[in-house]
Amino acid sequence: MSRETALRATSEGRLWQALLIGGALAFLGIFLALPLIAVFAEAFKTGLGAFVLAVQTPDALASIRLTLFIAAISVPLNMIFGIAASWAITKFEFSGKALLITLIDLPFSISPVVSGLIFVLLFGANGVVGPWLAAHDLKIIFAVPGIVLATLFITFPFVARELIPLMMEQGKSEEEAALSLGANGWQTFWYVTLPNIRWGLLYGVLLCNARAMGEFGAVSVVSGHIRGETNTMPLHVEILYNEYDFVGAFAVASLLALLALVTLVAKSVLEWRFDMNSGAGH
Amino acid sequence: MPGFGLTFGFTLSWLGLIVLIPLATILLKAAGMGWQEFVAVGLSPRAIASYRLSFGTAAAAGLVNAVLGLLVAWVLVRYRFPGKRVVSALVDLPFALPTAVAGIALTALYAPNGWIGQFLEPIGIKVAFTPIGIIIALIFVGLPFVVRSVEPVLADLGRDVEEAAATLGASRFQTFNRVIMPAIGPALLTGFALAFARGVGEYGSVIFISGNMPGRTEIAPLLIVTQLEQYDFNGATAIAVVMMLVSFTILLLINGIQAASRRRMGI
Repeated sequence: MSRETALRATSEGRLWQALLIGGALAFLGIFLALPLIAVFAEAFKTGLGAFVLAVQTPDALASIRLTLFIAAISVPLNMIFGIAASWAITKFEFSGKALLITLIDLPFSISPVVSGLIFVLLFGANGVVGPWLAAHDLKIIFAVPGIVLATLFITFPFVARELIPLMMEQGKSEEEAALSLGANGWQTFWYVTLPNIRWGLLYGVLLCNARAMGEFGAVSVVSGHIRGETNTMPLHVEILYNEYDFVGAFAVASLLALLALVTLVAKSVLEWRFDMNSGAGH
Repeated sequence: MPGFGLTFGFTLSWLGLIVLIPLATILLKAAGMGWQEFVAVGLSPRAIASYRLSFGTAAAAGLVNAVLGLLVAWVLVRYRFPGKRVVSALVDLPFALPTAVAGIALTALYAPNGWIGQFLEPIGIKVAFTPIGIIIALIFVGLPFVVRSVEPVLADLGRDVEEAAATLGASRFQTFNRVIMPAIGPALLTGFALAFARGVGEYGSVIFISGNMPGRTEIAPLLIVTQLEQYDFNGATAIAVVMMLVSFTILLLINGIQAASRRRMGI
């Protein structure tokens, strides 16, 4: 069979191709691109001035600060966890490994609302340790610690999930070589493992961060919606929207949409580098 | 290799502290409730209506995503067209865009005076504040799960089997149905299951567009929030536990189907 006939037999005609591409693009355009465009269009509906005013209110600024603060605590903690978990899982053999991986993934299959609920049941006024906390004047639910805990739970699997398959594939021969040449454990990790996993790690951190800053359901349950104190950016969007301050809601929302766009661009660049690296390695 | 004690110990403690102990609380709470009370709230007519809505809309959106997500994956893997890299990046938007932002954007689009709603309203299709709106939000949230599950399998599928089918006289449609579909079936099912699971629990993108009428457009996660706002912790727990049990049962079933189809395919 000549190359042309083979191609014709295993591909579609030009018309079919155009139809399928057109269908896919129309679907993505209506379902993904339009909502994104709508966020910015609504935010700038009444001009740049209204947008700037909406973003600069004290409550909006407080919500931005809180969101950054929450991400700055929860992302590094789950990053360290992700590295430790994938080191233990990919460099050693032990029984129950499959169960451990399943448990690490568990937060992905639980509704965000339920993820918030469990912390209310644990630390809330009527919760398991609630009375003890109240007696010691500690506040977790309807306060910042509760938001951090809920975010930690929601973003728990992100880094580990990226690193485990990557480190599994890379094996441990390079580390063993470094150790046999006299490097200690930390040196081996720092100079051998970390350079090998840095792009995968960055990828996981990126997704973890996007979720940490954008989480709504879980945070909404534990935050108590106290303006200027426990309102994250997504919660502030909800409050403004429910007060019919649409320009304000979409202005804050557009900042979050911008974060999403930056995440997507960085993610694409990383994927591109990944391809380059693995292409060069083979 | 050093570091097992340190990393394994840290992994287990962090997992226990952040995930397992908090999750155990809800089971303890449910166990302490007593069967009568659990059923009275967990299986009340309002709760059952919300389960039906949550699982029904998640299944509908999952099916739509299975079909259209496959189309998107197919186009991205098989064809070349300008702007493909941008389109591929756009597919991940629902992973990166906060759900509340998606929720208000979709509501603005599909409201009767919105960009899309204004064309649907005259022909009698109401989207915002109806179950259709919920399905649209869940299609948005679930799409990347299907595309990203199917894409690698489709890319790995060798052209040789398709060529073999073609030389044996199969039409393109027959090849797709009998050769390609069985090979990507398990991945498609995985994508459906992930989108479905996400859709059942989804909250942020849905509550703005759904209208939240008890018994009609009130999803189960919202009912949990409503119970919490009334300080009915037992009610919230019962509904959450029923939701989790049904979700896990369905996911186990899907896993079972997948294992069976893998065995049949000899993979």
